[in-house]
Amino acid sequence: MVYLTRQEHFNAAHKLFNPKWSREQNEAVFGVCANENWHGHNYDLFVTIKGEPHPDTGFLYDVKQLSKLIKTYVIDKLDHKNLNLDVDFMKDKMCSTENLAIAIWQQLAPHLPAEVNLHCIKLYETQRIYVEYFGE
Amino acid sequence: MYSSSVRRNRCGDMHRSWTMNLDFMANKVAVYRKEHFNAAHRLFNPLWTNEENDRVFGLCNNPHYHGHNYDLVVKVTGEPDPQTGYVIDLKLLSDLVRDEVMVRFDHKNLNLDTVEFANLNPTAENIAIVIYGLLRPKIDAKLDLQIRLYETERNFVEYPV
Repeated sequence: MVYLTRQEHFNAAHKLFNPKWSREQNEAVFGVCANENWHGHNYDLFVTIKGEPHPDTGFLYDVKQLSKLIKTYVIDKLDHKNLNLDVDFMKDKMCSTENLAIAIWQQLAPHLPAEVNLHCIKLYETQRIYVEYFGE
Repeated sequence: MYSSSVRRNRCGDMHRSWTMNLDFMANKVAVYRKEHFNAAHRLFNPLWTNEENDRVFGLCNNPHYHGHNYDLVVKVTGEPDPQTGYVIDLKLLSDLVRDEVMVRFDHKNLNLDTVEFANLNPTAENIAIVIYGLLRPKIDAKLDLQIRLYETERNFVEYPV
């Protein structure tokens, strides 16, 4: 079993705000992240796949193809966007890093061939805060 | 007696070392404070059409904004004070950067939430110039000040040059 990771990044605005709560409740839970006019991050994304190298190529998967998948289904939809307003797959979800990592998994998993498994979505919101999702 | 003599020698060494350091204080030293803040912004010129803004600013013109983790490096240059050995007390510099920059910009929309960019495009260049303008009056005029601002790991600006 080999694990292969591709690193990407995107810049986006968001806010953490639960529309079912009052502004006071949101500020109590989310603090400055609830700023109604948004704030933003440079997100760093690590997509890890796993599988066996193909005997003919030595490749687990064509990394150029992986790059295209991530670009089409993730980066083009997120980069320089407002995560709350502009992204179809985050509609009606809380735009936390946790939920974004899960949603990125769901965007990519259906497009990988059967012999290649998605292993981990690792997503940095800042240099010191990141989440990992393993599809569990 | 032996141990007391060793102590005296150690004190003597320290004293000579301290005196020697003072001899070098004619030299300028740069000290740095790093901070970071997270903010949303949009690049556009209100005097232009949306098409012109798209052509010049591309994705950065998204009307719903986007955002960055900005890394800020504040550089203060001068001769160490002979009494303290400090160019500037880094705790005081830290408090100053927090009060003048972080409180204004962290977790804010630069276009909507700040007076500084109400009528100024919040490019990295302009943000650096604004930060310099906020800090310069608060730092001793005999010290030099330079701002380095990273918008991403690979895009950064310096002011003044």
